[in-house]
Amino acid sequence: MFQKAIKKNVQQNHSAPKRSFTTISDMEVPALVTPEDLKKFNAKEKLGEPGHYPYTRGIYESMYRGKLWTMRLFAGFGTAFDTNKRFRMLLEHGQTGLSTAFHMPTLRGFDSDNLKSRGEVGVAGVAIDSLEDMEVLFDKIPLEKVTTSMTINGPAAILFAMYIAVAEKQGADIKKISGTIQNDILKEYLAQKLWLFPPKPSMRLITDIFEYAAEEVPKWNTISISGYHIREAGSTAVQELAFTLADGIEYVRYGVEAGLKVDAFAPRLSFFFNCHSDFFEEIAKMRAARRMWAQIMKERFKAKDPKSWMCRFHTQTSGASLTAQQPLNNVARIALQAMAAVLGGTQSLHTNSLDETLALPTEESVMVALRTQQIIAEETGVAHTVDPLAGSYFIETMTDKIEEEAWKYIHKIDELGGMVEAIDEGFPQREITNAAYHYEQQLNRGEKVQVGVNKYQIEGKTPIHLLEIGAEVEKKQIERVRALKKRRDQKKVAEALKKLKLTAKSSENIMPSMIHAAKAYCTLGEMCEVLWEVFGEYKDPAII
Amino acid sequence: MSRPVRVLVAKPGLDGHDRGAKVVARALRDAGFEVIYTGIHQTPESIVQTALDEDVDCVCLSVLSGAHNFLFRKINDLLKEKGVTDMPLVGGGIVPDEDKKKLKKECMLEIFTPGTSLKEIIQFFKKNIKPRSLSH
Repeated sequence: MFQKAIKKNVQQNHSAPKRSFTTISDMEVPALVTPEDLKKFNAKEKLGEPGHYPYTRGIYESMYRGKLWTMRLFAGFGTAFDTNKRFRMLLEHGQTGLSTAFHMPTLRGFDSDNLKSRGEVGVAGVAIDSLEDMEVLFDKIPLEKVTTSMTINGPAAILFAMYIAVAEKQGADIKKISGTIQNDILKEYLAQKLWLFPPKPSMRLITDIFEYAAEEVPKWNTISISGYHIREAGSTAVQELAFTLADGIEYVRYGVEAGLKVDAFAPRLSFFFNCHSDFFEEIAKMRAARRMWAQIMKERFKAKDPKSWMCRFHTQTSGASLTAQQPLNNVARIALQAMAAVLGGTQSLHTNSLDETLALPTEESVMVALRTQQIIAEETGVAHTVDPLAGSYFIETMTDKIEEEAWKYIHKIDELGGMVEAIDEGFPQREITNAAYHYEQQLNRGEKVQVGVNKYQIEGKTPIHLLEIGAEVEKKQIERVRALKKRRDQKKVAEALKKLKLTAKSSENIMPSMIHAAKAYCTLGEMCEVLWEVFGEYKDPAII
Repeated sequence: MSRPVRVLVAKPGLDGHDRGAKVVARALRDAGFEVIYTGIHQTPESIVQTALDEDVDCVCLSVLSGAHNFLFRKINDLLKEKGVTDMPLVGGGIVPDEDKKKLKKECMLEIFTPGTSLKEIIQFFKKNIKPRSLSH
């Protein structure tokens, strides 16, 4: 009775006409949640113990007491020499893992000397054309000790092959090296749009990687199933969660259909979520993700190994939430988002830099981003207790609600025949595009607020120093790849490319011939050419 | 009789960040413009060809990869080569102020950067983009 009265009161007091009480994804938020709302809540079933099924409270028993999350800042610009320097700077300052941003031509399978690459070389990431560049990128970085994440999708198999080749050259045991390739092609069709081949042959490349790594590089995370880009493209939190898990389901399905045992590859699947500004929505999303994935793996795919049930994930704060206006405000946004990711139980974290709506980050701004994580870890105390928000009436009801909404999408995608079919139909793409437009209209009408953009604007700009990539980078890199193409053993190159083509046409695992070609210093562009000949291209359906 | 203004929304370059281009395309359409959207991964050559084939009044170029300096200029050069001088270029994307100033001087009618409201963009188009003369 009493609680109901409070609830009513709170609602009335706050029912000012124009303020909306919805999350950033436009989900209704209650004014007050009481024990009444959790009356039917079965904590044993819904939460379990940390480190145990269904992992709602985190995938490890002791969470950050045992080990803090990995602080992993995404970095890459200019040539391999430039990025190697940045990598070593970050490691010196306490970063615990590497994360590589490749430039657009590498992401799209073109060499730097390709005409299509003009203006893009080294600009939005590091230019990698061949094993020669990879050797420079990881120079003086012991790959047996440092874990490396590589944001690479269409040509993931090629960069993975180059990484293995560098590790072997360093004398590392490839059974011991660890890291992640993003390798998530489905979200490319959904959101990031950096595909190389049509979905079916792309899925084959991915299952080949699963199979190869399970045997040869067992500590490698063979995929990072990514909601990040889906969210950045404008989806809601629920869509991000649902489409990411639906992508995950599709990868497992393809792996199983290719004849792999689910527990042979599922433990190496990892995830990647966005952390946007709506604090509790994000925390609830991450808790729901773990519970849902555990159920999917155990019940749907009958996985027996608990490692197959765990939704291990990396988080990145939201780039799209940052503003070019009053850019110093971004420091606050990033800190709050990072805090939510930690309370959500992430395994590793990238904090954006304050200047990233304007350019790639400077060394100084990257340092603030890294220090933000260190402040959360060492000063705020939030990492001392496992899943500290569990049991909160609000957090638990919100976790349930997000889960419920996400299942609706997953069932819809099941009905369409799975994610590959759903993409073919344009269903998730349309949902994302509509959500993006809806949010933009809400901003336009002032129903949602972006501080400094549609409220609290100031005249004039805050001048900040930006990183500039000089035109000489492109020139240098083109010369470098051209020189390599002249210098190397052409007979070996031709033979390796021929072998790669034959393997691509066959049903054999493609990884050994990829590694062989990488070692012969075939360039990324040459390898992709061969694969395009066999697999064909994919065109943007351009849904608006 | 006036016809609706035809706008080409194009994405040159290698990146796939199409959220902005699509939101703007849709907002322009809702505001009564005739909008043609190219999809992503277009070369400067193919964009110019589409602009001519569709006989548009304005070309919008969205670039978020940092390659705006090269791509905007290239498209402007190609249009000039074809003898087109009355088809304004409007840019959008992550373009630092310094670059924006130079590009506006050289070839771009306007460049919209992150945080610009749809209202502002639509107003700009209504005010500045008119149907090209039918005599060309």
